[in-house]
Amino acid sequence: MRSSLRPYLPVLALGVLLALAPLLLTSNVALNFLAVTLIVSLAAQGWNLLGGFGGQFSFGHAAFFGVGAYSSAIWQMRFGLDAWTGLLVGTAMGAVTGLVIGFLAFRAGLRGSYFALVTLAFAEVFRVLANSSEVTGGAAGMLLPLKIGAGNLQFSDRATFLGLVVALTVLVLGLVQWIRGSRFGAQLVALRENEEAARALGVDVLAVKLKAIGLSGAITATAGVLYLQYFLFIDANIAFGTWISVEVLLAAIVGGLGTVLGPVVGALALHGLGELVKAAVGQLPGIDLAVYGAILVVAVAFLPGGLVGLARRRAAPRQVRKAEPEGGRA
Amino acid sequence: MPAADIAPAATMLYVENVTMRFGGLTAVDDASLNVPKGSITGLIGPNGAGKTTLFSIVSGFLKPTGGRVSFDGADVTHLPAHELAEKGLGRTFQIVKPFAGLTVAENVAVGAFLRHRHRADAETVAERVATRVGLGDRLDAPAARLTVAGRKRLELAKVLATEPKLLLLDEVLAGLNPSEVRDILPVIRGLRDDGITILMIEHVMQAVVSLCDRVFVLAQGAVIASGTPREVVADPRVVEAYLGKGAAARLARAEAADA
Ligand SMILES: Nc1ncnc2c1ncn2[C@@H]1O[C@H](COP(=O)(O)OP(=O)(O)OP(=O)(O)O)[C@@H](O)[C@H]1O
Ligand SMILES: [Mg+2]
Repeated sequence: MRSSLRPYLPVLALGVLLALAPLLLTSNVALNFLAVTLIVSLAAQGWNLLGGFGGQFSFGHAAFFGVGAYSSAIWQMRFGLDAWTGLLVGTAMGAVTGLVIGFLAFRAGLRGSYFALVTLAFAEVFRVLANSSEVTGGAAGMLLPLKIGAGNLQFSDRATFLGLVVALTVLVLGLVQWIRGSRFGAQLVALRENEEAARALGVDVLAVKLKAIGLSGAITATAGVLYLQYFLFIDANIAFGTWISVEVLLAAIVGGLGTVLGPVVGALALHGLGELVKAAVGQLPGIDLAVYGAILVVAVAFLPGGLVGLARRRAAPRQVRKAEPEGGRA
Repeated sequence: MPAADIAPAATMLYVENVTMRFGGLTAVDDASLNVPKGSITGLIGPNGAGKTTLFSIVSGFLKPTGGRVSFDGADVTHLPAHELAEKGLGRTFQIVKPFAGLTVAENVAVGAFLRHRHRADAETVAERVATRVGLGDRLDAPAARLTVAGRKRLELAKVLATEPKLLLLDEVLAGLNPSEVRDILPVIRGLRDDGITILMIEHVMQAVVSLCDRVFVLAQGAVIASGTPREVVADPRVVEAYLGKGAAARLARAEAADA
């Protein structure tokens, strides 16, 4: 039993660390920073499941983020239903959206940049629709009426909300860690490495991809709902904007593609550096993007396994040596 | 029709008049062959004869232009590759396809997961299979770092971990040196002794002669001969397929002149 819990230790450690934050932090700036960063990291975990583990790079995860946020907003404002079921509905709609996009794209055999472009197209279409449709509030967006109370997923203090975000972040970390050790996880990684070889070993590539994009959509949509509940406002350019599509893939790549902790580590690093640069040079328009671009270049050039990969190499230099080319079998 | 006299119950694989056209090119031309249960059957032929294409059809990677494939008594012509693997038809690739970013153990475990839902079981099977093909000491090595011989063994281990009834081996000996070939022959024979039926494409004739019960010869997509390995290598049509038209007669004349 102990050995089967061992893989969860890093997740637990990070979970404990994150759980302390709402208890220890008092500054609103710090609480705000962490809440937003963790919401992005949650969305990035969704991206990483499909892109990092499954090798299917999406450029339009905003589609899921926005579907989550808008579904919950419509659920509450147009149907007058409650925010907690809205969280579930948003998540479920993310899964459905993932399955629909996945069915269309994967059944047609789209891969690589074609798949990326299709996801981008979906996000853009959703953005245009949300911007013009009445049910989504058009260009004005949707402003949730202020109804502070745990039942409405609205909290007067940021620390409580952060606690909820941490809980969901850690829950999904645990889920991804579990997937990593499961048959589904092994098949997902296998099709990333070589689809034909995976098929020859009995992997139903389409089914595995659909499962992955459904889960991916659900996780990223959950982040969208949290974003809505935190700011109580969304519009099309926020919920379906390119910013979130870019941030989630950056976080996953910088943190470590296909690693469990990568998206959280990456999001913290990205946003942390972004804040530092802002503090140093002040609020220049577009400075975030410049910083992110620079970080991406550095990560791709110098950090093949992302920050998590770097930490692993530091922690286990002997294992790297063990993996040196074989010197002939005795 | 060489297969007609074989009782279906004793036949593991029956390829019936299969044709595969790529545009104007007929890669497989009305080919028929059968693989008896428990046999090691060879498939030989010159480069470009259509051997790999036939494997791809049988294993569900290509839909044939015409013809039928039966596996273990059932028509499987239109089944996708992953369902055939599930039914117990395993294949290796001539150009090996390792999961390069994974370790040897992880590579083989992907195959083992087909029949074992739980990780611990899949890992146990993977370790046993990897050891069997001689990769027991390389379990934690990244697949990308294996030598050519190591990759061939890995290709074999991955498919063995799916516990196939029929194994299609596409030139698993190519690129190996003679001592490596000698090492792997007993492994293949051992698989047959365990009850796995084998159909193998092979250019190394010494291996074909020593392993195969029966051999089919493919040339320009058509089956031109079949029989025991010794019969087919003595068949003038086979000699001509490899060496060109009139080669058999020239060889015979040369031998007569020598005598
Ligand atoms: N997907 C394809 N599209 C078009 N032509 C193809 C395709 N696959 C194979 N061919 C052609 O079909 C013919 C048979 O190829 P195949 O690979 O089956 O031969 P082979 O007998 O395996 O040869 P080798 O011994 O060199 O491996 C070749 O002329 C090849 O170029
Ligand atoms: Mg071939």
